[in-house]
Amino acid sequence: MSDVNEQIAIDHGLKKDEYKKICDLLKRTPNITELGVFSAMWNEHCSYKSSRRHLKKLHTKGDQVIQGPGENAGVVDIEDDDAIVFKIESHNHPSFIEPYQGAATGVGGIMRDVFTMGARPIANLNSIHFGSIDHEKTRNLLRGVVKGIGGYGNCIGVPTIAGQTCFDESYNGNILVNAMTLGLVNKNKIFYSKAAGVDKPVIYVGSKTGRDGIHGASMASAIFDDKIEEKKPTVQVGDPFTEKLLLEACLELMAGKSIISIQDMGAAGLTSSSIEMASKGDLGIEIDLTKVPCREENMTPYEIMLSESQERMLIVLEAGKENEAKKIFDKWNLDFAVIGKTTNSKNIELFFENKKVAEIPIDFLAENAPMYDRKWTKAKLPKENRFSKDAFKSLKLNECLNNILTDPNIADKKWIWDQYDHTVMGDTIQKPGGNAGVVRVHGTNKAVAAAVDSSATYCNAHPLTGGKQVVCESWRNMISVGAKPIAITNCLNFGNPEKDKNMGEFVECVEGITEASKYLNYPVVSGNVSFYNETNDKSIKPTPSIGGIGLLSDYKKMVTMDLKNNGNFLLVIGKTVGHLDQSIFAKNILSNHNGPPPEINLFNEKQNGMCILNLNNKNLIETCHDVSLGGILTAVSKMSIKGNKGVKLFPIKGLVNKFEYFFGEDQGRYIIEIKPENSENVENILKKDSIHFDKLGIIESDQITYSDDLKVSIDDIKDGYKKWLKDYMVN
Amino acid sequence: MKSSVIIFPGSNCDRDMDVALKKFGFENQMVWHNDDEIPKSDLIVLPGGFSYGDYLRCGSIAGKSRIIKSVIDFANSGGLVLGICNGFQILTETGLLPGILQQNKYLNFICKNVFVKIKNKENKYFKNIKKEVLELHIAHNEGNYFCSNDELKSIQDNGQIAVTYCDDKGNDDENNNPNGAIKNIAGIFNKNKNILGMMPHPERMIDPFLSGEDGSLFFENLIGSM
Repeated sequence: MSDVNEQIAIDHGLKKDEYKKICDLLKRTPNITELGVFSAMWNEHCSYKSSRRHLKKLHTKGDQVIQGPGENAGVVDIEDDDAIVFKIESHNHPSFIEPYQGAATGVGGIMRDVFTMGARPIANLNSIHFGSIDHEKTRNLLRGVVKGIGGYGNCIGVPTIAGQTCFDESYNGNILVNAMTLGLVNKNKIFYSKAAGVDKPVIYVGSKTGRDGIHGASMASAIFDDKIEEKKPTVQVGDPFTEKLLLEACLELMAGKSIISIQDMGAAGLTSSSIEMASKGDLGIEIDLTKVPCREENMTPYEIMLSESQERMLIVLEAGKENEAKKIFDKWNLDFAVIGKTTNSKNIELFFENKKVAEIPIDFLAENAPMYDRKWTKAKLPKENRFSKDAFKSLKLNECLNNILTDPNIADKKWIWDQYDHTVMGDTIQKPGGNAGVVRVHGTNKAVAAAVDSSATYCNAHPLTGGKQVVCESWRNMISVGAKPIAITNCLNFGNPEKDKNMGEFVECVEGITEASKYLNYPVVSGNVSFYNETNDKSIKPTPSIGGIGLLSDYKKMVTMDLKNNGNFLLVIGKTVGHLDQSIFAKNILSNHNGPPPEINLFNEKQNGMCILNLNNKNLIETCHDVSLGGILTAVSKMSIKGNKGVKLFPIKGLVNKFEYFFGEDQGRYIIEIKPENSENVENILKKDSIHFDKLGIIESDQITYSDDLKVSIDDIKDGYKKWLKDYMVN
Repeated sequence: MKSSVIIFPGSNCDRDMDVALKKFGFENQMVWHNDDEIPKSDLIVLPGGFSYGDYLRCGSIAGKSRIIKSVIDFANSGGLVLGICNGFQILTETGLLPGILQQNKYLNFICKNVFVKIKNKENKYFKNIKKEVLELHIAHNEGNYFCSNDELKSIQDNGQIAVTYCDDKGNDDENNNPNGAIKNIAGIFNKNKNILGMMPHPERMIDPFLSGEDGSLFFENLIGSM
């Protein structure tokens, strides 16, 4: 039956030398099923062959870490017996081909990763990147992705509490859909994927297996060209209803003691789930593919092993517990089949219609998978721009502000999150549109904050600085809602790792992430890598998405960003030097795309953040918002719009250029609102801690004013800011 | 007071409803869709969610489920039955309430706070609520209420319109209609006013840290008037 040759291997995405290595390891030619298994396990998506070497450097440890990278998801301690299981994952390639199903199954997949570990999902987030707003595909892709994310999450009944949406022409041919889920688990009842013990039954539960998604993992490791539409059949189809049943059934089974290990069938389906369980347990596994519940007729062993049908799980049970478990899955109307057992052979052995159809040592698929030390180039820090005074001469603050507030990357995203159920489960205390989403830990005084961030513009200008910046931005978002930052998950979206430049971007972004997360004690506990985001030789900007979580011990201390009361003062915490290079102002107003991103000073970052938390613990902060894209004036405007309150900005001492001051994107800054009676106390604390601050203004009227230079009514700026996306989507 | 929340496969607001009912003093129990009967109750609630995946048509399969016969018997004997969101859809599918719920006018799922005007207080659900306008929360894709002209006339004549979408001042005109529902209808009663179906979720508005607190008024009144 073996008619495999080198060309067939290449068609499976393997390289010539990789195929030779397979033949050498096996000491024979693989048959087609075996080749399929190898190609699935050895592709970039499953093997991390280009990234593994660099991911090892990530900072993954900390007192709060219960489980770091390497499991279905990361787990962190949030005091008492509670832990949060969380992870972010990409579903970029399928979403570009079929936006609704691609995005929907992305959400479904990440939720399974979380409940596989015994956690009930309590919040979803996402980071989505689209091409230029003028690109012909952007509207449809955005509409489809948003509907897909909503369609899946809404049906399951898990609130989507935060996210980010970006537009940039580098995503014209490769959109990004990164989905993140948080789950709550008792820290003594976490389930892992490591199998243990011989002769234990291997159980298949969930949906039936079909021909959908065959080679999905290989597609995720392929470059796009003009024929990409032909790949549509490789996109999986989601069924959130079945996933909801699977979630409830798994949690019900997990309440007992019959599960040894459990793993969802995600990328590369039955192949990767069975091999990972066996590999981690240093065991062999035997599967009779005849017993796998199939939804289509005459499926071959090859197709069954490579199908990426959704909503399926693989479980290793304690022997003798089969009936007890089956009862639960019967109750939820889900398939349940004993399809094999663990063995001590250390091989994966597949049977079909009483014949052995494949046998491969697990080692060959896992530890012996290729690992590459790809060539990469270091990026130089670009030279700073020197803008002449003339460049600002004819500019008006209000015109610049209106331009920035209606920029696609700044404008309000309510059109999107109105389509996500963000209040189901009754614990969402900060909705999308703030610094971070916040959900209460059900039945306690605690709450968990979460946000996703990316800064492709900065990463593109200088990957090392950009990598640090995204972590800091995530950290700031936690601080801004009053949460102690705990840990992060990263989704590393890059171009083709076989190109030195793209590989360099990856290596240096990882280095930046590592440096910042180590300094801030904000470890990476899970994540994934998505390479080959490239179409017709054009790659995306390097886009690491960082999903951060933070803890509020007392949810009543949560801070929001809407201005509260007239007469209160605003302070800027952190120093403003007016860095315009790579800012939205430089891009939109000065038409300049050069220069370095703003510098990251980790010492100041930590000091400023800790000081804000300290002030909040003393109940001295009414409102807080971090200063990011668009600088101070953009931040103040958003706070004003949300709170429907005006601000009189004070004259700035020693001001050289008001545009630099108001639109510069220096890092490590926050704007806080304080009551006049707390003013002295706050300033004393800031001085004692040597924290730089400026007195920015006072809340009054319904306008934002700055001496004679600026006078805009909140209603006017609100209109453009709120309407942009809706107008764009409806036209 | 005893209440029962029915769980269908795909229900996802069952826990939220359980939390709300208990918070306001109900002794609540959860009832599985495949059970034959419902334990003794003063109130039965059909919660929100996507029962049976909302495949075929929202609420249609749940309307034929095993437990539903007991719900119908209970309702016909005058018992209080409350259907929220998907529960409302199920009640129209069983015929306990007239009309249907179609896909929202702008074809998108909508999750946001809305105001509703109480149209009839001569019933246990709204009797002693002091306000005329409540701020509640909607989260649905199929909340566009529709019925024939004859049915509309009949529900109007019988005072069966419970709540209508409006602004904070109570203007229930077309400008304040989030989903295209006929006459801005957000909830209706049966003729006897013992059955209420409505799209807004009062259970999501029961504490100041959530989207608002007007849901509390609803539950406080409900237990108080029973």
